[in-house]
Amino acid sequence: MGVLEALTTKSDAVIGWARKYSLFNYPFVTACCGMEYMAAACAHYDLDRFGAAFPRFSPRQSDMLIVVGTVSHKLAPMLRTVHEQMCEPKWVIAFGACTCTGGFYDNYATVQGIDTILPVDIYIPGCPPRPETVIDGIMKLQEQIQGEKQGLMRRETRPSPEIIYPKNIGTVGARLSEARRAEKT
Amino acid sequence: MANTTALPAEERLLPRVREVLGDRVRESHCQHGDETIVVNRADWIACLAALRDDPELSFDVLMDLCGVDDDPETPRFAVVCHLCSAKKRHRLRVKVRVEENDAVVPTLSAMWPGANWLEREVWDMFGICFDGHPDLRRLMMYEQFEGHPMRRDYPVDQRQPLIGPRDA
Repeated sequence: MGVLEALTTKSDAVIGWARKYSLFNYPFVTACCGMEYMAAACAHYDLDRFGAAFPRFSPRQSDMLIVVGTVSHKLAPMLRTVHEQMCEPKWVIAFGACTCTGGFYDNYATVQGIDTILPVDIYIPGCPPRPETVIDGIMKLQEQIQGEKQGLMRRETRPSPEIIYPKNIGTVGARLSEARRAEKT
Repeated sequence: MANTTALPAEERLLPRVREVLGDRVRESHCQHGDETIVVNRADWIACLAALRDDPELSFDVLMDLCGVDDDPETPRFAVVCHLCSAKKRHRLRVKVRVEENDAVVPTLSAMWPGANWLEREVWDMFGICFDGHPDLRRLMMYEQFEGHPMRRDYPVDQRQPLIGPRDA
């Protein structure tokens, strides 16, 4: 009995080690944080020495989604689709203030934090975060991956946030447009 | 000493504009080196065509077309068009004012193809219709968005997400 647990903890450790040092990231870059992502990934602040800098620009081929930069409400369904296209195991990093909380864009067009639409593992704050902060975030993710209960088939245990589709939104602007449209017909 | 070959712009440009357009110019002013004229909506296309076709003015480039909401004032909206001449190196701003309950302006997309998206942006942000536009739909906001965000009565932090919780 004890042998089985010892075997699974050892295999968890080995699989965790393998997964954390071979992260294929999908940098979903939209805005200025992309510059800092590039700085972190390129020669000076090399992410490749952590095994985490080989960008696969396809969700089918990657296991880590790094959302870099402001996400608008127009883009949000596509980001959700990209995340759903990734295979398990997958992790999400919210890179930059705009993805963590909406940043300084407290307005009608910006998603106020991507954790309203995706399950996020690591938040890297900053506007933009320095490459050292990015590396710190990646290392924290690697510690988290090492400590996770691996299985050969990891089921998604973190529920994605429930998507609430807006129904009838009464706004002053909408009522004005409605009134004008009604007058025209 | 003033260089006599370089007359100040208001002496060079606005007189010629008044000559070409006649009394279709409702008002005009020159401020900080920018000339502006205001025309009536009925003359919108004709004036801009005249400004483009006149050989001395030759305003062949439409730089920008945007909307303005001056809420307490009437008429509430204005559509502002910035023209530029590549040959003559001068610029002009042409405005037309429209009422809130009759916010329709003829489209410029037949004369300048670039006006297509500029007018779509004005429709999206202000709700000003463009008569004769081939494809008037939202440009920046998603299709299901309700309201026109750049109007003064639209609160800037109102949440209307396509997916996700209402107040995040």
